[in-house]
Amino acid sequence: MSACDACLRRAWLVGRLSGHLDQVRGQRQHVREVLALSDADLLAALAGAQRQSIAQEHAAFRPRELRARVAAARQASVCAHDAEYPRGLRDLPDQPAALFVAGGDRAAAALARIAEDPFARPTVALVGARRASADARRMAESLGRELACAGVPVISGMALGVDAWAHRGALGAEGDTIAVLGSGADVVYPRTEAGLYDELVARGVVLSEMPPGATARRWTFPARNRIIAALATMTVVVEAAERSGSLITATLAEDLGRELGAVPGRPGVTGTRGTNGLLRQGCAVIRDAQDVLDQLFGAGAREAGRPGKDPARLTLELGAVFAAVAAGHDTIAALCEHPGQVRVVTGQLGELEYLGYVRRAADGRYVTIP
Amino acid sequence: MLAHATTFALDGLGTRRVRVEIDVRPGLPAFTIVGLGDAAVRESRERVRSAILNSGLEFPQRRVTANLAPADLRKVGPGFDLALACGILAASGQVPAPALASRAFYAELSLGGELHSCRGTLAVAEATRVAAVGQLVLAAAAGAEAALVPQLEVAAVPTLADVVAVLRGGPVPDPPVAADDDVRSDALELADVLGQHEAAEAMIIAAAGGHNLLMCGPPGTGKTMLARRLPWILPDLSGAEALDVTRILSIAGLHAGHGLVRRRPFRAPHHTTSSSGLVGGGASPRPGEVTLAHHGVLFLDELSEFYRSSLEALRQPLEDGLVTIVRGQRSAVFPARCMVVAATNPCPCGRGTTGCRCTEPDRERHARKLSGPLLDRIDVACSLDMPAGALATVPVPTTREARERVHAARARAADRVGDGGPSRNADLTGAQLRRYAPLDRECRERIEGAGRIVTSMRARDRLHRVARTIADLDGAERILPEHVTQAITFRKDVLRTEPDA
Repeated sequence: MSACDACLRRAWLVGRLSGHLDQVRGQRQHVREVLALSDADLLAALAGAQRQSIAQEHAAFRPRELRARVAAARQASVCAHDAEYPRGLRDLPDQPAALFVAGGDRAAAALARIAEDPFARPTVALVGARRASADARRMAESLGRELACAGVPVISGMALGVDAWAHRGALGAEGDTIAVLGSGADVVYPRTEAGLYDELVARGVVLSEMPPGATARRWTFPARNRIIAALATMTVVVEAAERSGSLITATLAEDLGRELGAVPGRPGVTGTRGTNGLLRQGCAVIRDAQDVLDQLFGAGAREAGRPGKDPARLTLELGAVFAAVAAGHDTIAALCEHPGQVRVVTGQLGELEYLGYVRRAADGRYVTIP
Repeated sequence: MLAHATTFALDGLGTRRVRVEIDVRPGLPAFTIVGLGDAAVRESRERVRSAILNSGLEFPQRRVTANLAPADLRKVGPGFDLALACGILAASGQVPAPALASRAFYAELSLGGELHSCRGTLAVAEATRVAAVGQLVLAAAAGAEAALVPQLEVAAVPTLADVVAVLRGGPVPDPPVAADDDVRSDALELADVLGQHEAAEAMIIAAAGGHNLLMCGPPGTGKTMLARRLPWILPDLSGAEALDVTRILSIAGLHAGHGLVRRRPFRAPHHTTSSSGLVGGGASPRPGEVTLAHHGVLFLDELSEFYRSSLEALRQPLEDGLVTIVRGQRSAVFPARCMVVAATNPCPCGRGTTGCRCTEPDRERHARKLSGPLLDRIDVACSLDMPAGALATVPVPTTREARERVHAARARAADRVGDGGPSRNADLTGAQLRRYAPLDRECRERIEGAGRIVTSMRARDRLHRVARTIADLDGAERILPEHVTQAITFRKDVLRTEPDA
């Protein structure tokens, strides 16, 4: 599968002008207007002194060369003229001309998975801060995992923090997950998430509107947010400060008529003012994956993913400890009534951990493993 | 005229016999000291001259040359003063020269002629005894420490004039009496700690097995408070250990009392300490913190803030229980068998779960610093948080209770391996573990089945070792499954990539 010549030329031009786009003043407000311009207008608006030379390159563009590069990067491409072009993106006035999907032989199949109408087969975008609190990272992981368990693909941007943990959660549940990158689909950014990227390519979908090899720039992040918002049936902001990129995604989702939800955060902390602000404006409150599923399918229509382990198989005592941990008594101290119990509880938690029902977090708290 | 006197020079933690030769010749009045002395030895001339004159004796108005032999040994400190003074008095005929032959001298002189004790008295006393010199003459204040060495004749006198009286055949003062053991009464009470039951239990396990311990928790949760109480729940030093510790502290100038130190030392070097500060060093090698903590506790607060090179340098001493320092042509071997207690914040900002704003790269850097060489040597770990729940204000076991449990567990472990085997479970090698602490099928399955959470062979041995200590604390002959599961909870594992890691 491959995008048509005109769309490839357009994608090439956006990549070629990427550095110029970074110079657009107030890019957060205007980048979408710029991206909606025609090729000629785009050149006129951005190329500046290099206008002549870039216009020549544009005229001389050979789609075959880009196709060869796409193939060499083991990617597939699709354009707005293809039936496989994701339906959700057609709602965008500045829809990307082409999408590039990583994954070699799997790329085509991956594309087919996201081609459907977001309202026919619901998907959820989980977005949030890079500098997320431990609670938010935990929340992102469990939302990702439980939604994936319930068969809902999880879309995010592979950024540090919430994005990465949302993907990890979904991958951990062997579920479907889609990463929309700001760089080319073959460029790992941030580099520290190289391990996650490999897994996403192998088991999920990694896509970008940028041609292979394009580096991430400031403007590409808000730009890819529009793709995330348009692909997903519902966008859930896990944690965001005011004026953050996640709120851009939230606004876009709302403008596109998609569902929007936010996870309530600790009051009095700057990092959660954005999400709490969304809630104040009346967006859906997300406490867990069930709230998301209720929003998508109607209350009670679909159950959140059940834990793979059955606490009923535990002995009475271990079952009680497991239930207590699940109910939030997550430290040894919280599980003891008197000092004599400390050793017993220590042993029980060790056994639960050994059996794979709980694990101990770095801060000493216990969390249940679904 | 020629005379010589015997004294000792400190060399690392050992001593070297030094022969002080004095030659008094006709010529212009002069006093020269040769034999690789440091500044304190050069200045010794002025102290010796004044002390002799102020004691009503005569300083020869001739050419005086002193030689400290062996000449290639660097000599440090003021302990040669008395030997120099006595040599001069003998060479100038003021005391009988043969009186010096069966004596060793070790004291600093004041200008007024009083004797002061110098660091390392115990080591010098032991050396005097081993070299069978005869009587050791030193300051009255050092008498009690010298008296710790049995069957050694000690003349502890207050002034140079008294020394002269003894050398002229006068009565030797009564031999000093060894001071009582230095058991300080200011025991720290473990039960002052409220709510940290998990950490207290971890510390008791660590104490019982001699395991190194890592405490992880936000500031103000009691990590330091707990660590300071560790020496009090460890058994007292045995006779030989106490001599070792007293000798080291005496040489380092840290022995405040007079008696044998019975309490285990507790050293808490600041995290800016250099690697030579930790393991020892210097032109003439001096013991570092790890040696000062020998048989005791080395507390590394803010582990992640220590220089990596410092922690790297600690690894080999902790492995071998010895530090070997080579400087130029000199080398020194210091003992370094101590328990390490390390404390760290869960993340760089230290706030833990409540309100932590650290970025993931920050955390990873923090974890990487922790993951260094030292962590490999840590068997037991625990988490601390602000006390909460039903136990928040309940005191942890008292020092006395903890001590008794530790004592019983150590006795059980020592019985099991018998004489000659490592008495602390922490020192058991993998092979010794399998020999002395066999596992039944269920326990082995648990340890091996813990593969998901315990990934290396070394980590399995560690689990096995700690399970053995927990069983010892429980008074159990064999390791039971619940001991293994408790050990699983106390394993160290701060490096996982989890949403909350």
